[in-house]
Amino acid sequence: MASNGIRDRVAIVGMGCTPFGEHWDKSASDLLVDATGEALTSAGIELPQVDAFWLGTLFSGQSGLTLSRPLKIDYKPVSRLENYCATGSEAFRNACYAVASGAYDVAMAIGVEKLKDSGFSGLPGSGGIGDGTRAALSAPATFSLLAPAYAKKFGVDEAQFKEVITRIAWKNHKNGALNPRAQFRKEVSKETIACSPIVAGALGIFDCSGVSDGSAAAIIVRAEDAHRYTKNPLYVKALSFVAGPAAGPIDPDYDYTTFPEVVASAADAFAQAGIKDPRQELAMAEVHDCFTPTELVLMEDLGFSSRGTAWKDVLAGTFDLDGELAVNPDGGLKSFGHPIGASGLRMLFECWLQLRGEAGKRQIASVGRGRKLALTHNLGGAPGECVSFVGVVGSEPSA
Amino acid sequence: MRGIVSYGAYLPYWRLDRKAIAEALGVAAGSGTRAVASYDEDTTSLGVEAGRAALRGSTVVPQALYFATSDPAYLDKTNATAIHAALDLPTSAFAVDIVGSVRSAVGAMRAARDARGPALAVLSDIRTGLPGGGDERDGGDGAAAFLFADDAPDARVLAEPLGGASATAEFLDRWRLPGESASRVWEERFGEHAYVPLGEAALTEALKSAGVTAPAITRLIVAGPHGRAVKRLAAAAGVKKEALGDDFTASIGNAGTAHAGLLFADTLDRAKSDDVIVVVSLADGADASVWRATGVSHHPSGIAAQVGGGGRVSYPTFLTWRGFVKREPPRRPDPQAPEAPPARRAEAWKFAFTGSRCQACGTRHLPPQRVCVKCHAVDKMTPDRLADTPAVIATFTVDRLAFSPSPPMVVAVLDFEGGGRFQSEMTDVDPKAVKIGDRVTMTFRRLITAGGVHNYFWKAKPLRGGTD
Repeated sequence: MASNGIRDRVAIVGMGCTPFGEHWDKSASDLLVDATGEALTSAGIELPQVDAFWLGTLFSGQSGLTLSRPLKIDYKPVSRLENYCATGSEAFRNACYAVASGAYDVAMAIGVEKLKDSGFSGLPGSGGIGDGTRAALSAPATFSLLAPAYAKKFGVDEAQFKEVITRIAWKNHKNGALNPRAQFRKEVSKETIACSPIVAGALGIFDCSGVSDGSAAAIIVRAEDAHRYTKNPLYVKALSFVAGPAAGPIDPDYDYTTFPEVVASAADAFAQAGIKDPRQELAMAEVHDCFTPTELVLMEDLGFSSRGTAWKDVLAGTFDLDGELAVNPDGGLKSFGHPIGASGLRMLFECWLQLRGEAGKRQIASVGRGRKLALTHNLGGAPGECVSFVGVVGSEPSA
Repeated sequence: MRGIVSYGAYLPYWRLDRKAIAEALGVAAGSGTRAVASYDEDTTSLGVEAGRAALRGSTVVPQALYFATSDPAYLDKTNATAIHAALDLPTSAFAVDIVGSVRSAVGAMRAARDARGPALAVLSDIRTGLPGGGDERDGGDGAAAFLFADDAPDARVLAEPLGGASATAEFLDRWRLPGESASRVWEERFGEHAYVPLGEAALTEALKSAGVTAPAITRLIVAGPHGRAVKRLAAAAGVKKEALGDDFTASIGNAGTAHAGLLFADTLDRAKSDDVIVVVSLADGADASVWRATGVSHHPSGIAAQVGGGGRVSYPTFLTWRGFVKREPPRRPDPQAPEAPPARRAEAWKFAFTGSRCQACGTRHLPPQRVCVKCHAVDKMTPDRLADTPAVIATFTVDRLAFSPSPPMVVAVLDFEGGGRFQSEMTDVDPKAVKIGDRVTMTFRRLITAGGVHNYFWKAKPLRGGTD
């Protein structure tokens, strides 16, 4: 696909992220105030210094007033947008372009979601049902369609497949246990994961991301201005976003073992960032592990594993915190939680900590050995019909 | 000559063992099984399936549709229009309900018989009764449909009406107030006393009008909600012993409005040239009709293969399906009612399962699209109905979180023979038995009822040898 990219033209100079979880005592407004405050402090600026705002939320408010009202933003541009579960990344992408265009000097991207006020487990529904002919699957069920298709195509038997997805959940819980902001901060045994009550297909409760409340924010400036705000900015190397034709559910050529949208956005992002071999060049990746089979398939779609081999890499520990390429070092959607609009920016927040060497017990060794790039991947929709974002940030401008 | 040129029958997949009622409630419930409409079936959907069976293999297009049931899904709205839509009948074809009682079936058959032009009578019923009662135990669910037309080279009359007669009387044997889940009946011996003479009168007159004597009858069908009256009339009719066949009460139960039709369809499946078939309905009077089988070869109703049924439904599940047990719903948002304007815009898709085919490259689309997913041609589509096309499962899931009136929801990605893919709910299926590569066929169902609206659409069911 044709995209020019804005490599190294803008940089992140401050970030904030609330703890994710069941914030029974906080509203979406409270979470926005918290995340904004932390991001501003991180960048060493005050709210009036921000020229424009992009707010991502799927269910927790409409219009820019959702942000300007609680923060009392005085007559500035605030855009509210959504792009399913990739909403947070979409807010970030738009804010980056605004700064790169020269329209604004300082922009803030912020995402929020307040899921725990609905009283339901899982996501609330959205929109009408129209003619009532679309199968009303739950989110875990749509992603569980990957499981039998992948297992059959690559000759993985049912027990092996369960072992693979169990290990993904186990790994992400293990990482999340080291993260004070994560929704679930304890390790969970493989046995507990594997024996958890079944939700859909092969997926148990522990194969699903946490339903949570939270907010995360980033301050974006022109790259040449970055050092005015911080010694260690993160340079934006690539931003790629694609919406697919939603062909999977109507086209028999789609086989439910891949997200073509992810393949396309990854290729575009790697071209923008000049990455040839992501597994060797990236320090880490935050990927959209909404359900464990999603993370499995993403390892192949993002080029970390060759086709049909990710399940072996998962079992070999390739994507563990101390593995060849750490994936979801902050615990991922699985244990950090998934407040929709905030997730894309939460992923970026981990890149911010890791590439700056501030991740504490989770600090990835390869950063110390000189790896300087981190990837975030965020998708929304379902297998065969999704939107996908792939972004790359780095701790140094390219030579 | 005008008569029946095609017919079909549909029995739901599920059977309830009567001894399950006895075990649960500690009452005598007899032996055998009754046919049970699934949670996603109603008299309209059963009628669609019977109508499909009747029209399968026939080139005749009905110009009128008469729908009879004692248990209409809607009041103040015609149910026959949904059947009309699901059968993909032309807009110019008439469709009307004749509903509310078992005798409605006789009205639909007569209307179709006497119509000008091809006419379809659809007889459908779901029989309910309070737990532990006779109606619950002895009732059954099913539908039958008969297509009437003038004899033509491509649509030969297979059963010709020879005569008929009625006897009408007002008396209180069985009744139900609108909205109630069970009927009330007067003392059994009173109904027997009232019905038998009416039946005898109608039968005698019908045979006279047809110029037939009782011993000449090849098969006598007597049906009606009053079991004792039915048995006594049959025994006293003076027909040969072999003219009285299986009445399906041990396997299906009494299917009310559909029962005479089911027995008639089964008889026609085996009828030979010049067989004389008499059908007597004892319902708020008596109606007798006399038929001669012409012996022309025809598509059978398929009822014989369906009588045994498929899965066994447990008694608690049966009670849940019929609304007598209210179960805790999942902690999920309430299901929404389909919206009227989108449903109308999508009528061909929603009711007839009509997708589209790209005329530029031949790709099929379900639901119909304006832009081809393969060649991107715009507005080059032609309608393509896939209701009768088998499909293969590409992948599937068992969703235990989604709202379903009878969880879990089984959903499969279907690849249709000759092209086309659709993600479809499955029904009449064991969730543990679904596999990639399984073959399925489509069936018309009521997915849910939400906000007082029945959401009709198609589901996939396993393609089983013999039953389809």
